[in-house]
Amino acid sequence: MDAIQQSLLEQVTGLHEIPAGAYNIRANGQMAGRNTTANIDIITKEDKSGIDIRIKPGTKSESVHIPVVLSQSGLKESVYNDFFVGENADVTIIAGCGIHNGGNAATEHSGIHRFFVEKNAKVRYVEKHYGAGDGNGERIMNPATEIHLAQGASLEMETVQIKGIDSTKRTTKAEVAEGASLIIKEKIMTHGRQYAETDFTVDMNGDDSSVNLISRSVAKEHSRQLFKSRIIGNGKCHGHSECDAIIMDEASVSAIPELTANNIEANLIHEAAIGKIAGEQLMKLMTLGLTEKEAEEQIVNGFLK
Amino acid sequence: MLELKGISFSAEDENKEVEILNDINLKIDDRFVAVTGPNGSGKSTLAKIIAGILTPTEGRILLDGEDITDRSITERANMGISFAFQQPVRFKGITVKELLSIAAGRAATMTEICEMLSEVGLCARDYVNREVNASLSGGELKRIEIAMIMARRTKVSIFDEPEAGIDLWSFQNLIRVFEKMHEEINGSILIISHQERILNIADQIILMANGRIQKVGSKDEVMPELLGCGQPCRTLTDKL
Repeated sequence: MDAIQQSLLEQVTGLHEIPAGAYNIRANGQMAGRNTTANIDIITKEDKSGIDIRIKPGTKSESVHIPVVLSQSGLKESVYNDFFVGENADVTIIAGCGIHNGGNAATEHSGIHRFFVEKNAKVRYVEKHYGAGDGNGERIMNPATEIHLAQGASLEMETVQIKGIDSTKRTTKAEVAEGASLIIKEKIMTHGRQYAETDFTVDMNGDDSSVNLISRSVAKEHSRQLFKSRIIGNGKCHGHSECDAIIMDEASVSAIPELTANNIEANLIHEAAIGKIAGEQLMKLMTLGLTEKEAEEQIVNGFLK
Repeated sequence: MLELKGISFSAEDENKEVEILNDINLKIDDRFVAVTGPNGSGKSTLAKIIAGILTPTEGRILLDGEDITDRSITERANMGISFAFQQPVRFKGITVKELLSIAAGRAATMTEICEMLSEVGLCARDYVNREVNASLSGGELKRIEIAMIMARRTKVSIFDEPEAGIDLWSFQNLIRVFEKMHEEINGSILIISHQERILNIADQIILMANGRIQKVGSKDEVMPELLGCGQPCRTLTDKL
């Protein structure tokens, strides 16, 4: 990998060197490194671009890194990655995509991730999206995530997009079985003329299943954001979604929540708040000696932390 | 020394100019000054004008002889004015430690945080990494607000009703906090308060009513006036 790819890799994974445990690094559409362990196997798909990640039942405290970096302007790819997490496993999966576009053609990555999480398995899934480069070409990412949680399974997903992605449409679909729980924490910051769309659909199919969607976003300058969430309660379940957005300059944010209860015991809540930074917050920090701009930065950084 | 010269302030209410402060003239160089008076007498407005949050319609403000009327909130903060809000502000994602570090103007160490928080009766261990959000009670926020001002150690420290929302036990400690600050600080403390116990420890009391200064003096001079000010209308006096 060259220096640009190395720097993208650092941005999306926080890694300065080759990660421990299982990993698969994809650079400009090619495999740039892979490691498997006794419990985690990574297999290249034969029918399309992508990999299968197979995690054996009972695997504990292991991690899988699957970063993707693109530095070739004009490259467009769709990658299909499937995760099969065996019963009672407890693992951390770190994905992420970095695009450096120094040219004039649009660079586009669509990662389609499917998770099949078996009984009582536990997954922490982290994905970070980042864009850089001074070319005029757009940096586009359209991650699609599909989550199937079996009885008693749990998945916590953290997704972050802080900088440099011009256009993104993020679709997440999940089905949650009896006693299973899903937590999704999303953080987005858009600026310039960027557009970000988030679309969650969660079906809670079993009793005592739960979902918690938490989205925090900041829209600056002329950027636009759309947050859609659809939670369907088909049993005795608990669903909560929260969209909290700070809007600045000429930006625009829409939140469209939808809740459907098909069972009398379904307990569903949605909260949405969109607004500018509260004047009193700025004032408080200014009375502590910060300039208005510094105060704004502190508030935004804290909010997205 | 803080000096207010002919400060007036009016605000618009339904297209009508409402006078909130009228020709306030004050020199504050005592160490501990209490501002008291009935609700709506203009005390908080006066504090906001000193901090730069509100701009006076007329008059000048001088800090150590320098005219600061046109200085911003930030400039005044850096020149040595601190202001504890009556209603502390919440911040999603910003921790107690971060806020105290901003107040102190540098990354505060755990020992320093412990020192600051214990002064206001909070154990640093329980609070240092807590976010200053809705999970903190009004009383907790109020104490953190006071700790921030103490951390700044500025020439002028203004507290707007520090006792509001603080329970009785904490109130005893609050008095001690101000007594200690009184002994240590190299500047003026200006406290807006209705509490007799705070007025008792003040070097000077300023009594305000209807946007004007009614009386400035020691406790013995001002307290009798305090009970007689405001002149309520017949309907109210009949009920009293």
